Amino acid sequence: MIRRVISALLLAAAAPVGAQTYAIVNGTVALGDGSEPIPNGMVVIRDGRIVAAGGMRMKLPAGTQVIDANGKWVTPGIVAGFSRLGLAEVDLTSHQEDGGGRDDTSGAADDTGQNGPFNAAIDVVPALNPLDTTIAVNRADGVTRALVAPSVGKNIFAGQGAVIDTGADMDPVTAARKFQFVELGETGADKAGGSRASAHIMFRNALREAAELRRYAPSIAAPRGGTPDERDRPVVRNPNESRLYGAEARRSDDVLLTRFDAAALVPVLQGRQYLLVHVERASDILQVLELKREFPALKVVLVGASEGWLVADKIARAAIPVIASAVNDLPASFEQLASTQSNVGRMRSAGVNVSIGMIDDNDTRNLFMERQYAANLVALQKIPGATGVSWGEALAMITSRPAQAVGMGSEIGSLAPGRRADVVIWSGDPLEGASAAEQVFIDGVRQPLQTHQTRLLERYRYLPRRDLPEAYRH
Amino acid sequence: MTNRLLAVSVAALALSACAAMQEKPKPAPAIHINEDPYPSTYVRYPGAVTVVRHATVLDGDGHQINNGTVVFGDGVIQAVGGPEIASPAGAVEVDGAGKFVTPGIIDVHSHLGDYPSPGVSSLSDGNEATGPVRPEVWAEHSVWPQDPGFSRALVNGGVTTLQVLPGSANLFGGRSVVLKNVPGRTTQEMKFPGAPYGLKMACGENPKRVYGSKGQMPQTRMGNIAVARSAWIKAQAYKRKWDKYYKNGGDMPERDLAMDTLKGVLDGKILIQNHCYRADEMAQMIDMSKEFGYHITAFHHAVEAYKIADILAANDICAVMWADWYGFKMEAYDAIKENIPLVQNAGACAIVHSDDANYIQRLNQEAAKALADGIRAGIPNLNEAVAWEWLSRNPAKALGILDKTGTLAQGKMADVVLWNGDPFSDYSRPERVWIDGAEMYDANNPKKRPVSDFELGQPGEGDVK
Repeated sequence: MIRRVISALLLAAAAPVGAQTYAIVNGTVALGDGSEPIPNGMVVIRDGRIVAAGGMRMKLPAGTQVIDANGKWVTPGIVAGFSRLGLAEVDLTSHQEDGGGRDDTSGAADDTGQNGPFNAAIDVVPALNPLDTTIAVNRADGVTRALVAPSVGKNIFAGQGAVIDTGADMDPVTAARKFQFVELGETGADKAGGSRASAHIMFRNALREAAELRRYAPSIAAPRGGTPDERDRPVVRNPNESRLYGAEARRSDDVLLTRFDAAALVPVLQGRQYLLVHVERASDILQVLELKREFPALKVVLVGASEGWLVADKIARAAIPVIASAVNDLPASFEQLASTQSNVGRMRSAGVNVSIGMIDDNDTRNLFMERQYAANLVALQKIPGATGVSWGEALAMITSRPAQAVGMGSEIGSLAPGRRADVVIWSGDPLEGASAAEQVFIDGVRQPLQTHQTRLLERYRYLPRRDLPEAYRH
Repeated sequence: MTNRLLAVSVAALALSACAAMQEKPKPAPAIHINEDPYPSTYVRYPGAVTVVRHATVLDGDGHQINNGTVVFGDGVIQAVGGPEIASPAGAVEVDGAGKFVTPGIIDVHSHLGDYPSPGVSSLSDGNEATGPVRPEVWAEHSVWPQDPGFSRALVNGGVTTLQVLPGSANLFGGRSVVLKNVPGRTTQEMKFPGAPYGLKMACGENPKRVYGSKGQMPQTRMGNIAVARSAWIKAQAYKRKWDKYYKNGGDMPERDLAMDTLKGVLDGKILIQNHCYRADEMAQMIDMSKEFGYHITAFHHAVEAYKIADILAANDICAVMWADWYGFKMEAYDAIKENIPLVQNAGACAIVHSDDANYIQRLNQEAAKALADGIRAGIPNLNEAVAWEWLSRNPAKALGILDKTGTLAQGKMADVVLWNGDPFSDYSRPERVWIDGAEMYDANNPKKRPVSDFELGQPGEGDVK
């Protein structure tokens, strides 16, 4: 297994990224931008980017490798809207029957600094392991990118999340420190000492401490001397650099955060880094909208929002995107009493930019469930009293919408020209759990689809005893 | 003198005769313990005689009937067949064109009611984690019938019967209860009439973690087995004592609730529902069952069943599985997506289960993934009609109620789901659900939808969910 993966990695590394030009023809093409699928479409990839996709016909450059997708579906790769992918090989977050809790930790789980002194300063990048089997399993199921967030430890701030790809190589990071993640609902209340009121004052205090340090932050410079407006593509310089920690970067005496944590919130305060806020209850959502009024520069994204439909018009007016759980319909906690599978559809109908994430739903592993959930939202269109979404919108909610939520819509999540060539060829309708990813491209590179699981299938599919034990079948 | 001696000896004789009679009194006949002290009070609700026509029927027993007809009334299935089936006079006709009819889904592994929503500690009653051997506890004494999860399982999942189990903190977790998914004021009103009890056992990580972290036995897998074997040895002695009592009468032995349950297993009256992930551990559990003379009905969460599907088939043990859950703990590390079809292919009894208040709403979709993965892997003889056995027939077998429900056979309970499309598609949902012939859900009628007490007056009450 390991040898095969590594040889696959070497192969991928040996091939110049995007050197190959591909034309995927005759398939049903869905762009991921909310539009409906296009029969007999075409997708052209060159140098790791999408050249064109849709119903067009174009002359192909010499040397183009043509892939016949007759009877297949072609879409952008799935973008997991909220996950902990790559942070745990085996996460022993026990589910309910185990007695609950994270009391059983192991070296294989790396998603929370539960016992460490830092919070907002935490950056998931050093914890990411692109060789996790969870990444391979999701890659093999057509998940090509993911928003990866840390879990909270002792503070309401969990730290900084990244956008990653699932490619079989050692370079998983698409965008480091893309967002800060904070808990302001029930979990936040718990971390703040037992009340939401406490969580909110803790939040404001943290921004105050960041504001003090902001004075010492260098001015915003366009990176690589190019982009005219940095705010359009907020990329955070590494806050773990020393420049905010010089002797002149003075702080008040009454501080709660470490210097690193306070410094990490400077880009949040400046609106250069997205702030993902996990809340579920309708009243909590309104409190977050208030924060946005108080600190207008914040680039807030709501995460969870199970009761969002109750205040959907207000979320829409605030133009705050939501990464929601797709099919939560149980009053699993007192902040989710109004949960319904129609939540996403109702928010969408009210004009909210909604995408789907796996919030506390097997978020280290089962990102491949998102397409099934998306189909379930389509199914609601046939249920009287429910609000579903169109097929095209459902696909967008697991491709382009989450990318847009963190300002990466121009890079990933759709088959629009110029986007990174994350393309999946499916055996059928990709929203059917029964369909499988048959070919997966990330940045234009064809990916291996073998996993620990496929190797086990090969080993055990025929059980009768042979001349040597099963351990020799490899 | 002689006379006196004689008189004395006669008296002595009389005394000894008297003593002999006292030593061997006629034993009091044995009093049989009531084995059903919390009996089901379930009574089916009324339902019209109903005929569904022009539907694709998956009968749960491996058959598909296109343009099929299903007739039920008086609580039972009356006829299943093609368009030639006649309608009884006055029957309600349902047009099933473009739709599917199946037996209601049966989930053999649920914690609805004992780990209800909302998931607060005051309502968490699934693990009596105060000792690794707790066969004396009964899940039905934990079930909160107002758990809103029951309604979601019904209307979104088409689940008509479910087994609620204690958790897996303990080697012996306690008795399960089989419920009809019909709301009741009391748990007894939901109890499936005539369903045998199950005993939840667990091997592997959970018991050793829970007790090992408390510094007590078991702390290892070998500890798990040793503690379980000791319990069975005690149970065998208990059973001998009671068997003797029931045969000969006399003084009633002292009752022990824990041993009552284990004796019920040894008597073949209580079915073993064994949480066990790994192939090697399942094999250990099978040997333990043979050592003490009981039969394991099913291994639950059997993610490595595919490695020993032949052994499971030979021992007539069902494997209860997820479609694609994997890697959440070490004993789930070797999960593969073809587990369910490989077990089916080996001739063993394959079952899809949830263990989850959300997944119980989508068991048909889980079966759909497993079916597709199996077909893709080239596993033969798979189709939708076969795959529905994983959702109703085989679960009914594992619960000991296959003679009553689980397939659309004449005379069985009319536990029926009408799906608005192919239930192996993620785009399909239950449109109507009948339990014992009573319509408990109709997607087109907001009044035909259960709302638990807990949800009354709350935001979203009566929503479609």
